[in-house]
Amino acid sequence: MILVLIDHDRGELDQLSLRALTFARKLDQDVQGIVVGKDGAPLATIVGQYGAKVLHVAAHADLTDYTPMASGRALKDLVEKLKPAAVLAAGSPRGNEQLAHLAAFLDLPMAAECFEIFLSSDADSPHKVSRARWAGNLIEEAHVYSQLLIATIVAFSTEPESTAGLAASVVEFAPSLMPSDTQVRVMSRDAGDTGGGITLADAKVIIAGGRGVGGAEGFVKIEELANLLGGAVGCSRVVTSSGWRPHKEQVGQTGTKVAPDLYLAAGISGAMQHIAGMKNSKTIIAINTDPEAPIFKYADYAIIGDLHQILPALTAAIRKEKA
Amino acid sequence: MDVLVCLKRVPLAGGTLILTPDSKDIETKHLGFGISPHEENAVEAGVQLVEQMGGTLTLLTLGPPETEEQLRTQLAIGATRAILLETDGQEWDPQGTAAALVDAISAEETKFDLIIFGAESADSAGYQIHVRVAHALNRPIITNVKAMKIENGIVSCDRLVPAGREHYEAPLPAIITVRDGLNIPRYPSVPGRMQARKKPIDIKKAQAHVPKLEKLYLTVAPSKSTGAEILGKGVEAVPALVEVLKKIGTI
Ligand SMILES: Cc1cc2nc3c(=O)[nH]c(=O)nc-3n(C[C@H](O)[C@H](O)[C@H](O)COP(=O)(O)OP(=O)(O)OC[C@H]3O[C@@H](n4cnc5c(N)ncnc54)[C@H](O)[C@@H]3O)c2cc1C
Ligand SMILES: Nc1ncnc2c1ncn2[C@@H]1O[C@H](COP(=O)(O)O)[C@@H](O)[C@H]1O
Repeated sequence: MILVLIDHDRGELDQLSLRALTFARKLDQDVQGIVVGKDGAPLATIVGQYGAKVLHVAAHADLTDYTPMASGRALKDLVEKLKPAAVLAAGSPRGNEQLAHLAAFLDLPMAAECFEIFLSSDADSPHKVSRARWAGNLIEEAHVYSQLLIATIVAFSTEPESTAGLAASVVEFAPSLMPSDTQVRVMSRDAGDTGGGITLADAKVIIAGGRGVGGAEGFVKIEELANLLGGAVGCSRVVTSSGWRPHKEQVGQTGTKVAPDLYLAAGISGAMQHIAGMKNSKTIIAINTDPEAPIFKYADYAIIGDLHQILPALTAAIRKEKA
Repeated sequence: MDVLVCLKRVPLAGGTLILTPDSKDIETKHLGFGISPHEENAVEAGVQLVEQMGGTLTLLTLGPPETEEQLRTQLAIGATRAILLETDGQEWDPQGTAAALVDAISAEETKFDLIIFGAESADSAGYQIHVRVAHALNRPIITNVKAMKIENGIVSCDRLVPAGREHYEAPLPAIITVRDGLNIPRYPSVPGRMQARKKPIDIKKAQAHVPKLEKLYLTVAPSKSTGAEILGKGVEAVPALVEVLKKIGTI
């Protein structure tokens, strides 16, 4: 059996968990889910559609919001009871964090950000995994010496596939929480600085600018096009470290990882740390003055030229088209 | 306020990655070395805390003897001293690394009020060494921090999520992991570099250990093989671009 952590934010499903479920089904028919916190229980329907027969719900009065160490404890309790062959989660900041807590509690290895997993069939030989290094630019083949495999799945590597499955049956359990498990938790939040607009992670269209944009003012052209297409603005690290745009818009290894339908990169060279954050986009269009720019190796469509001329012309042409 | 920052020496790879003949590592003959960007933010945060509140900033790393280079650079921006757990150059797995860091921290007389890690290392990105250290030292840990302050013995942190900011708090002594964007790391000054030469680095031999996550070999991830379709040069390409946007359903 494979246990998959279904991540959610106060009841709202993290879509990456469906990809992790799909991935798990390819390893084993018997897949079960776990949600931490009672407000995750209604996810049983969708979790069932994506192939889990059972959804274990860690229920406790203190589990009302994200509490990573408590998730680790709940996972540990369940793993000790059910003895699955593997525990998987999405390779998201939360997925990686919660499984790291499980691995630390059990003092077992954890393989983060896997593309592929080959479970060993006998206890004496190791599991084999292919995992992402350098933000997915390198693939590491590794052995994992542990009966239980703890691993997270690279975001966006598996397309979610539903089944004809019915809702998973819900089984509640009370994790044996210690006071220290619930010490670190979300105390409050504010949505202030997203300005209510479309966030990078959700955007279907991202118009991204790099050093080639030349300065904060140049981003007006990027913003205009993004607004017109109902998309979000993205940027490279050079842009955020120059203070032209806020950090939340940075795409890449140390920024946000995105996979929109359209990623348009203007004045971005295509350093591997930037590529790492956007290469799963469905369509990539690059605008660059340098025909040798590495970004063209990853793009579907290329335009060679000055973004300061091309972007306003494009915006005007789309306006005409829409009118 | 005594702060400890854990950092790792990594090659400064930007463009295409080339592997060594045995495919075990990146070919670094033509590359410089640094530390992961997140860890630069960690050191800067430590320097700022000590500037504001007094105390000491210690650096801790497990790595080859050459890591002294990275330690000197970080000492030059304001750290007090450093500890180097010397390996023979082999990369250790996360459990082994965490155990060595825990032993080193426990052996210190200073009881660090705050330990700062990077959110993940740039090269191996295991997302776990800090959590393991937190469990072993029995300390609270807040990860992926993008804004931080310390008041009345409590560290308050913000984490960026798609929907905005989440706020976390923990009493000291605590552990946090920080992300690029927390601050703007300063460059070492010339006097800073001079002083750094005389700052103490404790070098200890790290005992070899058996990995449980064992790296076998590396491969370079393939890029899109087809290559881009060139729509044209300059504004002349705009009509073709509009057609593409129609085709993929953007407009
Ligand atoms: C561990 C690590 C993590 C990192 N994480 C990230 C990350 O998360 N995200 C990220 O983006 N970077 C990251 N970086 C930095 C990365 O290596 C590059 O330095 C950065 O992505 C380069 O940004 P850029 O493409 O905007 O700038 P440059 O590389 O300087 O490229 C500018 C491009 O603009 C083109 N150009 C110039 N003028 C015009 C014009 N008028 N019209 C059209 N094109 C023009 C140029 O030909 C050039 O190709 C990281 C680095 C490290 C070491
Ligand atoms: N060899 C090392 N020595 C000291 N600290 C390390 C080492 N490797 C990783 N770290 C720290 O642990 C963090 C997380 O690493 P990782 O679990 O590999 O993603 C890094 O950002 C560093 O702060």
